[in-house]
Amino acid sequence: MTRLSVPKTYKLAIGGAFPRSESGRTYEVLAADGSFLANAAKASRKDARDAVVAARAAVAKWAGATAYNRGQVIYRIAELLEGRRAQFIDEISRTEGVSAAEASAQVDLAIDVWVWYAGWADKYAQVAGNANPVAGPYFNLSVPEPTGVVAAVAPQGVTGGSLLGIVSVVAPIILTGNTVVVIADERAPLSAISLAEVLATSDVPGGVVNTLTGSPAEIMPWLAAHADVNALDLAGAGGLDGGSGASWVDLQLAAAETLKRVLPPVAGVPRPALERISAFVETKTVWHTKSML
Amino acid sequence: MTITPAAGLQPAERAVRLLGADLTETALRRHLEGLSGVDAVGLEQRAAGLATRSIKTSSKAWALDTIIRTCDLTTLEGADTPGKVRSLVAKAVTPDASDPTTPSVAAVCVYGDMVPYAVEALGSRHGDPEKGLVSVAAVATAFPSGRASLAIKLADTREAVAAGADEIDMVIDRGAFLAGSYGLVFDQIVAVKEACRRADGTYAHLKVILETGELVTYDNVRRASWLAILAGADFIKTSTGKVSPAATLPVTLLMLEVIRDWHRLTGEKVGMKPAGGIRASKDAVRYLVTVAETVGEEWLTPHLWRFGASSLVNDVLLQRQKMRTGHYSGPDYVTVD
Repeated sequence: MTRLSVPKTYKLAIGGAFPRSESGRTYEVLAADGSFLANAAKASRKDARDAVVAARAAVAKWAGATAYNRGQVIYRIAELLEGRRAQFIDEISRTEGVSAAEASAQVDLAIDVWVWYAGWADKYAQVAGNANPVAGPYFNLSVPEPTGVVAAVAPQGVTGGSLLGIVSVVAPIILTGNTVVVIADERAPLSAISLAEVLATSDVPGGVVNTLTGSPAEIMPWLAAHADVNALDLAGAGGLDGGSGASWVDLQLAAAETLKRVLPPVAGVPRPALERISAFVETKTVWHTKSML
Repeated sequence: MTITPAAGLQPAERAVRLLGADLTETALRRHLEGLSGVDAVGLEQRAAGLATRSIKTSSKAWALDTIIRTCDLTTLEGADTPGKVRSLVAKAVTPDASDPTTPSVAAVCVYGDMVPYAVEALGSRHGDPEKGLVSVAAVATAFPSGRASLAIKLADTREAVAAGADEIDMVIDRGAFLAGSYGLVFDQIVAVKEACRRADGTYAHLKVILETGELVTYDNVRRASWLAILAGADFIKTSTGKVSPAATLPVTLLMLEVIRDWHRLTGEKVGMKPAGGIRASKDAVRYLVTVAETVGEEWLTPHLWRFGASSLVNDVLLQRQKMRTGHYSGPDYVTVD
C-alpha cells in the first residue's frame, strides 16, 4: 500500500511560537532545478512589528543572564544542531542543489560557528572592555553592553549559505544579550525555519531569535525606520533593489532618523569575527571610588 | 462636572414607581430575579462578532482620539505619592508632548487622599472634559474591597468630594449582593449618592463599580447593573482593576444592554466605564464599536463613556505616532508612567 507523504508547513518564528503570517500570504520555495519544494509564509510589515515587540520583551531576561550562561545556551544550540544534521543536509541539498557531502560540510561549518561564538560569550568583554588609567583615587571602567533589538538580513542567494549564512549573522548578535529579528534567505528559507525549531528547543528564551521568511525588500524598510529597533545588520542586504526604496543605502538613511547602528552588507557569508560581536554592543564607562577613607 | 438628580425624582421614589410596590427587600428581589436570564453563548458570540470589525485610516484616527478623550488615566497603588500624581496630571493634560494636537484625557482617577494634589496640579485645567478640561475622579467607599462600615464609606466619600473630586468611583458590597441582600446594596448606593452632594447642592458624578469578576454569572451582572441604576448611579463600571478577570467585552456589552433598556424605559442616559485589563488600542477600539452598536454613537462622549486604564494611553499614543510619521514607534517615545 502506498503511503501519503506528510509535508512540513514552514511558518514564521515569533516570540517562541510558530505563527503563520498575519496576512495569510505564502510563497513557493523552489529547488535549484525549479521544481516545487514547499510553501513558506510571506511575512508582512505587521509580522515584523509583532516580532519587534517579542524581541523587545525578551531583552531584559536574555541580557540579564550571565555571560557564562549565554555561552552554555549557545553551545547547546550546536549540540542540538548536531543531533538533527540529517534533516539539515536534506533541506540544504534540495534547496541549493548541492551534493549531500557539500551540504554536510555546510552543517559542520554552521555548528563550528556556534561553538566558536559560544566560547566568546564570557571572554569578549575582556577584549572589548577596559580598565582606564585615571589620575585620581577611583577606578574607571569601560564595559560593553548589548544594544538591544537588532534587525538583520541573512545572506541572500549564497550557495553554501542557506544555513551557514543565518547562523553567522544571528550568533554574534545574540551572544552579548541582544535579541534579533532576522529575515531569512528569501529563496532558500527552509533551513532557517528548521533552525528556529532547534533554537526553540535549546534553552534560548522565546523572543530572542525571531525568524521571518519573505521579501527583505518589503519588510526591511519598516524595520529600518522602526523606532524600537536599535541596530541593523545588513549582511545580506547588498543586493536589494534600489528602485523600491529598499537599497541598503536607503535603509541606512532610514536608520539614521532614529540613530541606529548599521553594519554594512558583506559579499557571501560573513566570516566569524570579533568585530561582528563588538558591532552590536555599546560601551558604558563608569567610575567607582577605590575606598572610603 | 455637576448633574441634577434625574427627572427631579429621588432614586427611592423612582424605584417605587418602577417596581409598582413599596421598596422592600422582597419587592426588590422579585424584580431583580424576575429579569430574564442572559443567553451566555449568544452574548459571547455577539461580542466576538463586534470584535471582528476592521477600523482603518480616518476612522481609526477618530477612534484613537476618542479613546484618549474618554480615558480616566488611573493610578491606584499603595505606593502613590504626590509626585506621582503630579506627573500623572501632567500626562493627562498633555499626553504626547511631541504632538500638540493630542487631546487631553477625561479625568485622572486617584485614591481619595490624593485628590488635593491632583486638583492643585491641574489648576486652571481642572473642569468639564466636554470642554477640553480634566476632571478629578476619586475611588471611595473602602476601595477596592468595600469591606467597611457604611459610616466609614460615607466619610470616605464626603472627604473626597470636599477635597474637590468631581467624580466618585464607589464599589458595591459584593458580599451583600451575593448573599441576596439587594436592599442593603441599594440603600448603600443611595446613601453614597447623597454623600456626593456638595455644599452648593450640586452632586459629584457617581460611578458604581460592580466588580463583575466577583459576581460569577452574567445573570448577576445584569441584576447588579439594574440595581445600581435603580439606586441612582450616573455611571456603572465593570471593575476595580484589582480582581481578575476585570473588564471583558461580553460583560461590557451586557451592561450596555441594561443601559439601553433603561434609556428606552425612562429616557435617562446612564454612563458606562469598563476598567482594568484594557491595554491595547486594538481592544479599546472594539469597545467603541460595541458602544456604537449597542447604545449608539451619542454615548461616545466623556459624560457617558469612560475607559479606566493606566497603560492604554501609551499604546494609543504609539499608534497615533505611527499614523503621523508613517513608521512604527517604540516605548522610548512615551512616558513610563
